[in-house]
Amino acid sequence: MSKRAISFNLNGESVDAMVEDRELLVHVLREQLNKTGTHIGCETSHCGVCTVDLDGESVKSCTILAVQVAGRSVMSVEGLKDQSGLHAVQQAFIDEHGLQCGFCTTGMLMRAYRFLKENPDPSEEEIRWGMSGNLCRCTGYQNIIKAVQSAAKKLKNVEQTA
Amino acid sequence: MIPGAFEFHAVNTVQEALKLLNAHEDAKIIAGGHSLLPMMKLRFAEPTHLIDINGIPSLKGITEEGDSLHIGAMTNENELIRSELLQRRCPLLVEVAKLIADPQIRNRGTIGGDIAHGDPGNDHPAVMMALDAEFVIQSEQGERVVPANGFFLGTYWTGLEDGELISSIRVPAFSADTGFGFHKLKRKTGDFATAAATVVLRLQGDRVEHIRIAMTNVGPCAFRAEAAERILLGNSPSDALIEEAALAVQSACEPVKDLSGDEEYKAAMAAEMMRRALHDALQTAGATA
Repeated sequence: MSKRAISFNLNGESVDAMVEDRELLVHVLREQLNKTGTHIGCETSHCGVCTVDLDGESVKSCTILAVQVAGRSVMSVEGLKDQSGLHAVQQAFIDEHGLQCGFCTTGMLMRAYRFLKENPDPSEEEIRWGMSGNLCRCTGYQNIIKAVQSAAKKLKNVEQTA
Repeated sequence: MIPGAFEFHAVNTVQEALKLLNAHEDAKIIAGGHSLLPMMKLRFAEPTHLIDINGIPSLKGITEEGDSLHIGAMTNENELIRSELLQRRCPLLVEVAKLIADPQIRNRGTIGGDIAHGDPGNDHPAVMMALDAEFVIQSEQGERVVPANGFFLGTYWTGLEDGELISSIRVPAFSADTGFGFHKLKRKTGDFATAAATVVLRLQGDRVEHIRIAMTNVGPCAFRAEAAERILLGNSPSDALIEEAALAVQSACEPVKDLSGDEEYKAAMAAEMMRRALHDALQTAGATA
C-alpha cells in the first residue's frame, strides 16, 4: 500500500512521517514517533485516554487520521513539562493522588491542561462537565476533580505573581 | 482497530468535493469522522475514497439573514454552544449541542455530519424537524433546498442522493414568544439517547397556535409525533390533554430493544421526555400555569 509523507508540528518541533491514508494519529504518534505517552484505550472515541491537543483544541487521536494533521500543530503529554519541571497539572495529579493504575492519566492530563485554558476558574460542576470525555476505570474521579481544582489554583497564583 | 484501505483526498472547495464524489464509486464525505471512522474500523463502512471537507472555509460559521439563521454544515457542536447569535435567536440549538457526546468529540462532530449520517440516535435530525429547518444541498447539477420534515427516511437512509452534500442548514429564528424544550435520557455522558424529545410551540392566549413534537432514537429514524401535536393544537394544554398527548407519543414509538432498555421502557421514557420538554416549552412561551 502506498504511503505519503506528512509533516506537522509536535510539541513545538517539526516532525516528518510516512503514513498510509488509513493510519490513525495515535498509531503514528506511538509507533513511528515513539511518543508512547498517548495511550490506546477503547479505540472508538469513548474513553479519552488518547486525548491530545490539535491546534489548541482537545481531540481524541484514535479518531483522527494522521493525514488530517499534516501542516498542523499537535501537542501530546510529552510536551507538557518544560525546563523548569513538571507542568502544574502533572504536579497536581501527584499531590492529590489523582491516579490509581495510571492508564487514563495521560489523557486526563491533556484534557485538564486544555480545559483550564478554556476555563481558568471553574466550579466543581464545570470541571465534571469539562472532563466528561475521559473515563477512569479505577473510578478515581474524586481525586481527579481535586487535582484539576488544585492545578487551577496553582496556575492562577503563577499568573498573579508573574 | 484500523479502517480498511482507502484513498484520502483533502479538498478546499465544494466543487472539488463534488467532482471527486462523482468520479469515484464508493466515495464518502468525511466531516468530523466520529461516526464514520468507528464504522470503518468495524468494517460496517468500507468506502474506497474519503473526501475530507474540513478545509472548506465556506462550510463553516453561523450568519443571520433576516429571520433565518444560516448554519454552515461543518460548524461543530462546540461552535454551536459558543454562538452568541444562536443563544439569542435559537437557544434550543445551544441546549441540544451541550448534551451531545463530550467536549473532545464536540470539537470534531458537525451539525451537517449529524444530519447526513442518518443514525436514529443522532440528535439534530429531530431538532431540525421541530424547528422546520431546511437543508441546502449541493451537487454538480446545482443547488436544491429541502425541508427537514420528509428528509429522514429510515436508519442510515435520508433524502440525500448520490453525488450530493449538505452545505448549510437554514433555521427560522425564534420570536420572543417561541417556547421550546429538549429532554434527553441517557445512561452516561457520551451515550446516545435512550429517548429524547424536542418541543417547539407558540401560544395564542392560552391556546396552542403552533406545535412541533419530534422524537429521537425511538424509531428507525427521527420522527414527528403528529397525533400528539393534533391533540394539543388549538387547545389549552390542560393536564388531561398533556397526558393524552404523552400517550399518543408512547404509541407512536417503535424503539429497538438493546442494552439501554426494552421496547416498553423506551416508549415510556419517550413519553416522559415529551412531558418534560412540553413543560419547558410552555414555560418559555410564557404560559401562565
